[in-house]
Formats: sequence, structure tokens, C-alpha cells
Amino acid sequence: MKFRVFAAFVAPSLLLMLLFIAAPLVSVLWQSFHVTQVEFETVETEVCTPGFITQTCQTETRTRPVLDEDGKMVSTTSFVGLGSYRKLLEPDRFVRALGDLNWRGVMVIDFWKALRFTLAFTLFTLPLVVGMGLLIALAVNSAAKSIRGQIIFVSLLPFIITPVIGAISIRWLFVGDGILTALLEWILETDIAVLANPWSLEFLMMFYRVWHVAPFAFVVFYAGLQTVNNDAIESAVIDGASRFERLRYVVIPHIMPLIVFVALIHLMDAYRAFEEIIGFSSQAHLISLQWLTYDLLTPDDSGNRAISRASASAMLTMIGIVVILVPLLGKTWRDHKAGSI
Amino acid sequence: MAVARAMRMSPQLRLASGAFILVWCVIAAFPIFWIAVMSFKAPIDAFASNPLHVIFGPVTRMGGKGLSVPDILIGLALLWVFIRFATRRLPVLVRRYSPFGNILVGWLAAALFYFAAFVLVFFGLLPPVMGALNGLLGTLGEPIIGLTLEHYISIWIEDGFHRNFLNSMIVTTGVVAVSLTVGTLAGYGIARSGSHLAFWILIIALVFRALPHSVLVAGYLPVFINSAEILRPILGELAPTLYGKPFAVIAVLVAINQPFTIWMLRSFFQNIPQDLDEAARVDGCTHFQAFRWVIMPVMWPGVITTGLFSFLLAYNDLLVTSLLLDAQNQTMVPAIAGFFNRETTTTDQVEAVAAAVSITAPLFLLIMVFQRQIVSGLTAGAVKG
Repeated sequence: MKFRVFAAFVAPSLLLMLLFIAAPLVSVLWQSFHVTQVEFETVETEVCTPGFITQTCQTETRTRPVLDEDGKMVSTTSFVGLGSYRKLLEPDRFVRALGDLNWRGVMVIDFWKALRFTLAFTLFTLPLVVGMGLLIALAVNSAAKSIRGQIIFVSLLPFIITPVIGAISIRWLFVGDGILTALLEWILETDIAVLANPWSLEFLMMFYRVWHVAPFAFVVFYAGLQTVNNDAIESAVIDGASRFERLRYVVIPHIMPLIVFVALIHLMDAYRAFEEIIGFSSQAHLISLQWLTYDLLTPDDSGNRAISRASASAMLTMIGIVVILVPLLGKTWRDHKAGSI
Repeated sequence: MAVARAMRMSPQLRLASGAFILVWCVIAAFPIFWIAVMSFKAPIDAFASNPLHVIFGPVTRMGGKGLSVPDILIGLALLWVFIRFATRRLPVLVRRYSPFGNILVGWLAAALFYFAAFVLVFFGLLPPVMGALNGLLGTLGEPIIGLTLEHYISIWIEDGFHRNFLNSMIVTTGVVAVSLTVGTLAGYGIARSGSHLAFWILIIALVFRALPHSVLVAGYLPVFINSAEILRPILGELAPTLYGKPFAVIAVLVAINQPFTIWMLRSFFQNIPQDLDEAARVDGCTHFQAFRWVIMPVMWPGVITTGLFSFLLAYNDLLVTSLLLDAQNQTMVPAIAGFFNRETTTTDQVEAVAAAVSITAPLFLLIMVFQRQIVSGLTAGAVKG
């Protein structure tokens, strides 16, 4: 295929990606160093009220937005350097809290709180998703052929459901006197509030994520298991390998690329955890990086959006995912050089 | 084929694996099943701590709303008839009567008719008939399971959820159509090129796929809000404010979805032998003609699968739609997030549950119809690498 033909085929897609992915990145970078503010001026005005004999006059200084000839508020954009980042990271407070070994002091700063949750969430769910997916795949692979279709159907439900609704549906089981809270209270014979404790809430959110993603891992691994070479398994049996050894030394190496693939996708998706926060209404206790940006972008009570700080938070979020992905991308590049793609 | 004895599982292991599957299926389906049950109950029943109350709904039943034994039996029988018809007769009918041999249009029309018939029979015909019958039957006709549709009625009609539904349909249809058009072209180009540039495009697409969507939205928001002023020098008075417009969201979602679409379609295109386009080229087709008249006809399974995933992305999205659409053009998912934030009374909560079930129902149908395509889509990217 000649280059010009290739270019014609990929141009629309590339244009869209440039316009709506690459350009916003540049503009986010620019915004994170600039602050746009409505310009205010201080004016002295003399207010007079009619009184007896003479008017009573007072001069007061008032601050008001500068208006242009159309009556619109004038706003100026100024370069603030790392100011927005500083507001977000609060390095002084962070260092002081670290120096005192004051973990709580660190966690009151939104950004560090969000970073802690996002990383813990991503890294804890990763092995659970891979493990659950593999277990389900192995179990289904040894189930009777006639019921596999139905099992796959049921398994796809949590994967395909709208994430917020999946999270809410689990939350509703625990809310107030929801049936599972009632069950737990009956077993433990104490009063519990699952959704009010940060740790149980965090556990529930991780449970939700595993519930949501395990079906994907399962389907991918299940497809991989269909391609395992039967001869290799048989020779392993002849060599006296137990079931576990066959799994460990024949099956898992065979589906290793799939495990890497699932892990990669899961890292990307769990790192941008957002729907959990909304679904479980956990803003008071737990927030994620993506939620932090979202929150800064939502208009506050006076209708202002903290665009600059949101951009700074977005840039930091992006740096995080790049750091996580670099080792994996490096591997892909080496594979490509070796000529496997 | 009999399994060799050495390969057979021990009874304990078989039992354990069966039990594990059972537990998994219960965990997977239970929350969804449960919100479906809750949505049909009076608020007191829906949030009862005793699960039996939630299922049988004593308070709902006392309100005179429920199903009696004959209701359930006749309903199940009709449901069975409908399912049999859909799986046995419908495909034959569609194949026979599709206009101009266009099977896709035929299926769309069939699905619409089927849906209309279903609603007519179950919600128009059955309630009055069964009401009369239950009156005649006396004690046997009294409801045993509480069930009410009032939350659905209030959410869809009084709260205007149908508007959100229409907005969702506009956005999802737009996203699927545009992203498939653009994506098939790019996927085909990349699959057939094999150059270093194609590899780099794929890698960059992978990086783009990893970007959190909030990063992108932070870039759009100020520009979209001020777009009328920014674009005025170029477009004059026609310059639109992009904020709040469905077409802007469609463009954004298409772009966000492009990396994934390209990867998936590329792996489908790679499965189609290159001899096919070479033969077409020998016969005098240009690259584009070969793509359109030779490759696309055999590519439908891949296109349908990718379309499904584009649909899911657009349908399930919360972040982009909630930040870039105004209240008027809001789609279903941000709307429901709003519903359940305002939940002050238990009635509001159950209405939010009904809305949640309404959003989930189409997805449920989607898996029923397209299970095979979804599975092949999940594995397509993975197995090919």
C-alpha cells in the first residue's frame, strides 16, 4: 500500500484524535500554568441620602468587576507558573506533615488523598481481577458444555452494566437497613454501618470493581484455554505432573500474554476510577484522581469552575498513568523490534 | 470424545468447581436481579430489611397491586410463546420478507414490531383481561406477589425520563455511526500497511486509550464554553457554542473511542486474507473500491462487534456527558446520578431504582441477542495481540 493511500485511509481518524485528544492535552498544559480571573476594580463612591438641613454623605470603597462597553465582565489571563500545582499539592503542608510522620496531616490534602486511594485501588484489585478471572475460566472450562453458554451470559451481566448503576445496585444492598446490612447485623449481633466507615466503603468499592471486571478477564482467559495444546497437557500427564503442576507449568505460560493484556487494560481502567465515587457517594471519605479533576471542573456555588487547578490535577493524573505504563510500553517496543508484531 | 482417565477430575474437585461457578453466578446476577425486584415494589417493601418482604411485597399487595396465581401462570405461558417465536419463527420470517434482501433493515423492523406487540400484549391486553378473570375466580384470584408499575410510570412520564432516553439515543446512534465509519477506514489502512508509521499510530492510540477522560474534558471545557467567540473570526455569526450540544459530545466520544475501535477493527481486518483485496486490485479496483465492495461485505461480524462496544461506551458514559451537556440535552446516565442525589424520600429512591432498571434493560437484551459477538470482541484484541 502506497503511503498516500494509507494516509487517505487513516486521515479522518487521525484528524479526530489530533483535534479531540492531542489538542486538548496541549490546551490543558497551557491552562495549568495560567489563571483566568475576572478583573476587579476598587472604586470610591460617594453615597448621599437626603436628610434634614443637609444631605448626609458617605464615601465608601467598593470592589466591583470591571465591565466593558457591552456590559460584560472583563477577565484577564495571567501566567502563574507552578502556582496552580502548588495550590493542589500544598508542598509546605505536605512536607511538614511528612516531617512529623503525621499520616492524617497528609491525607487532609485532597490531592494526596486521591492519589493514595487511586494507587491502592488499582494495585489491590489487579491480582484479584486476574485471579478471579482465571479461577472462573478454569471452572467453566471443566463444566459441562451444555451449560457454558448460560454461565457466560450471566457472567457478562456485571461487565456490561452501566458502571454507576452497577455500583449503585451494590450500594443499595447495604444502604441503611438494606438486606445485606441486616444479614451482617444478624450474624454479628452488632449495629453496623457499612457505608459510613472509610475502610468498609473502600473494600466495597474494590469488590465492585472486581465484580465488574472479572467477567472480562474470564472471557479472555477462557478463550485462551481453548487454544491450549492438548498434546502438551498429555505429555505432562505422562511425565507425572499433578493437576496443579500442569496448570503452573503448561497452562499459565501458554496464556501469559493474555494475562499481561488483561493486566494492562485493568491498570488503565482502574487508574481512572470515577464511577465508584459517584455510585457509592464516597466523596466525604474517599476520592480518586479523576474525581478530583471532575470536581474542580464542576461549577461551585458561585458558578465558577476552577479550570486552572483542574488542568494541573489533570496533568498530574496523566503523569501518573504514563509512569505506570512506561515499563509495559517499553516491552512492546522491544517485542516490535524483535519482529513479533 | 471421552476424556482420558488420568485427565478426569476427582469428584471433590468437580464438586468444588461446580460450587464455585454457582457462587459466582449468584454474585454476578444478584445485585441486578435485586434492583429489578425492588423497582416493582412499594417503597416500604423495597427497602425492607427482610428479603422475603422485598420479594413478596406485603405492603404493595395490601394496596391491591399484585399478581395472582393465574396471572403468573398465564404470564409465564405467554412469555414462553414470545421467546419461542423470537428464536424459531422470527429469523425465518425476517429472511423471507426483508426488503431488497437487506437483512439489517429487516431485523430492525422485526425488532420494532416485536417490541410493540410485546408491550401491547403484556401492558395493554393482559391487565384488563386478568383483572376480570381474577374477579371471577374469588380467593384464587387474589394477589400473592406484590407488584406495581407506578414508579416506572412516574419516572418515565412525570419526570420526563423519556427526554433523557431520546438524548441517549441521539448520542449513541451518532457515536456508533461516526466511529464505525472513521474507524473501519483507519483499521483497514493500518492492517494492510505494515509500515513503521502504522505501528507508531497503534502505540500512540494505546497511550491515548490510557488517558483518563477527565484530562481531556479539562481541555475541552473552557474552549467549548467560549467557542462562539473563538470561532467568530472564521465562521462569523454561525459560530456555535459547543457547550451543551449533543453533536459536540458525539465528536468527543468518537475521538475517545477511536483508539479502541482502531485496535479492534485492525485485528478483525488482519483475519481477512490479503489475497482477497489483491484479487480485487488485479480486477481493476482502486484501494477504496476493494475496501468498499470486497472487504466490507465479509467484515460485517467485526463491524457489528465493534459497533456494540462503541454503543456501550457512549451509552454508559457518565463523565463526559455530565460535564459537557446542559440540563436540556442530558442523557440517561447523568440524569440518574442526579435522581439519586436528590433522593429525599423513599419514594424518590425507588423511582431512582426504577430508572436504573430502565437503563439496564436494553443492555440485558443486548447480551441476549449479541452474546457471541461480545465474547468475540473481548477476545479479538487479546488473542491477536
